[in-house]
Amino acid sequence: MSLGDSSTPLGRVRGLGSAREGGEHWLSERVTSIALLLLGTWLIVSVLLLPALDQRTLTEWLRSPWGAVPMALLVIVGFKHALDGMKVVVDDYVHDEGSRFAMNTLLLFLAVGGAALALFALAKIAFGGHA
Amino acid sequence: MAVSILHRVTGAALSLAGLAVLTWWLLAIAEGGEAYETFTKAAAHPVGLIVLIGLTWSFFQHLLSGVRHLVMDSGAGFELATNKRFAILTIVGSVLLTIILWAWLLGVRP
Repeated sequence: MSLGDSSTPLGRVRGLGSAREGGEHWLSERVTSIALLLLGTWLIVSVLLLPALDQRTLTEWLRSPWGAVPMALLVIVGFKHALDGMKVVVDDYVHDEGSRFAMNTLLLFLAVGGAALALFALAKIAFGGHA
Repeated sequence: MAVSILHRVTGAALSLAGLAVLTWWLLAIAEGGEAYETFTKAAAHPVGLIVLIGLTWSFFQHLLSGVRHLVMDSGAGFELATNKRFAILTIVGSVLLTIILWAWLLGVRP
């Protein structure tokens, strides 16, 4: 046993101890949270500053790069952060390994599918022919 | 403790309902016409309004307690009094911001 390994022989056989992963997930959750601090504030301030919330005004706003680009980032980072967060909730409360895998897979599909749908809608607005 | 569980609950609400509403909103704007009208009708309905107000409160609460968690990740703010004050501040802040936002959306702007 090397000096750096503090697990007992029995623990090693049972596969207990650090999984040697998880650090990236932890960091991803935090980095996306800082991005969303900016993008979320942008969304709230933008909606408050828009002269009206009718479809024409919103389309005009989301056709401009100042609307479309942050919104695309908000969708991507928002769904990623939601997936990271929901994974923590599932990992904490779903104890059966099979169910946990099923739930995490379902959430992954929902997040990727939802983000794709939202980006499709945004692209349709941004590149659509007429406002 | 209470604020920590609120962080999870509001996070789950934003993940499941918040992103669904955002996606629906974008789809409705893209489709226009009747689709957008259906969205605004649902948003103006008392139940829709309660959901939207709940989601904006969740957003502010999650944002403020998220900042609290980032500060605590840095190792600061663990003294009991400071920690408690910070936790209470997130709730006061989120309620105030929600009231200001909706007062502006429903009252100040026509």
